[in-house]
Amino acid sequence: MTVLSVDRDLVALTLTIVSEFDATAARVWQVWADPRQLERWWGPPATPATVVDHDLTPGGRVTYYMTGPDGEKYHGWWRVVTVDPPHSLEIEDGFADESGRPNDELPTTSIEVRLTEATAAKTTMTITARSASISDMEQVIAIGQDEGMALAVGQMDAILVTPTKP
Amino acid sequence: MVVRHKAGEDHADRIFRALADRTRRDLLRRAMVGTLSVSGLARLYPMSTTAVQKHVAVLEEAGLVHRTRRGREQLVQTNIETVAEAGELLAQFEQLWRDRLGRICDVLAEPERGESR
Repeated sequence: MTVLSVDRDLVALTLTIVSEFDATAARVWQVWADPRQLERWWGPPATPATVVDHDLTPGGRVTYYMTGPDGEKYHGWWRVVTVDPPHSLEIEDGFADESGRPNDELPTTSIEVRLTEATAAKTTMTITARSASISDMEQVIAIGQDEGMALAVGQMDAILVTPTKP
Repeated sequence: MVVRHKAGEDHADRIFRALADRTRRDLLRRAMVGTLSVSGLARLYPMSTTAVQKHVAVLEEAGLVHRTRRGREQLVQTNIETVAEAGELLAQFEQLWRDRLGRICDVLAEPERGESR
């Protein structure tokens, strides 16, 4: 995997990150479309995700929770806006209460995924993540840190040594 | 690296309102690159200097820019702190996604087996 480019738009509060994988678009799509694969990368190792419902259709819901080291659970959800396998996916990602019901008082993040097969064995994935306001971004990151989204020390070292993963 | 300086809700609302307009987003982008005069900015848009001034005032109220005078010119400058705050937050989002991409790579590297769909 190579990160091809990163764009931080400070005005639109949008992060665009383009990466390339040695796999077909159909294969890369599976990491989003197969709940068992999704839960292996969505949460960090210290707070792994468990996907409960997974309805990847327009208007459909994906619900998940992340389990912390002490067994505490943090619930989240996606609302699927558009889906076009294996090319594009647009979701709203938000927080939920213990029963998995969306908490409308907490901010959401808009996420767009685009897959482009460059050659038969290489796929470019463009992820665009957008927040509505600076205070929304602060909240999302603060909650993420409570959930243990912050890097484990080992991961941090690996990233500092190799700024862009090969 | 915990970021939790609480911009008050009102402040957040002002930032959000300020950025909800395309011209103002464009103005702010230009102001980030360098110091610009209001009259210079007005030449870039199909609108009067007064209209541009109003947009700049909204950005100023949100704390995103400030105005200074140089002779007869009004100069618009970005407030570095607010912009830096956004930059720091985006950097943290970037790290979160870089980690996720690394893990996706690990998932893809494994032989496909027992996929549930």
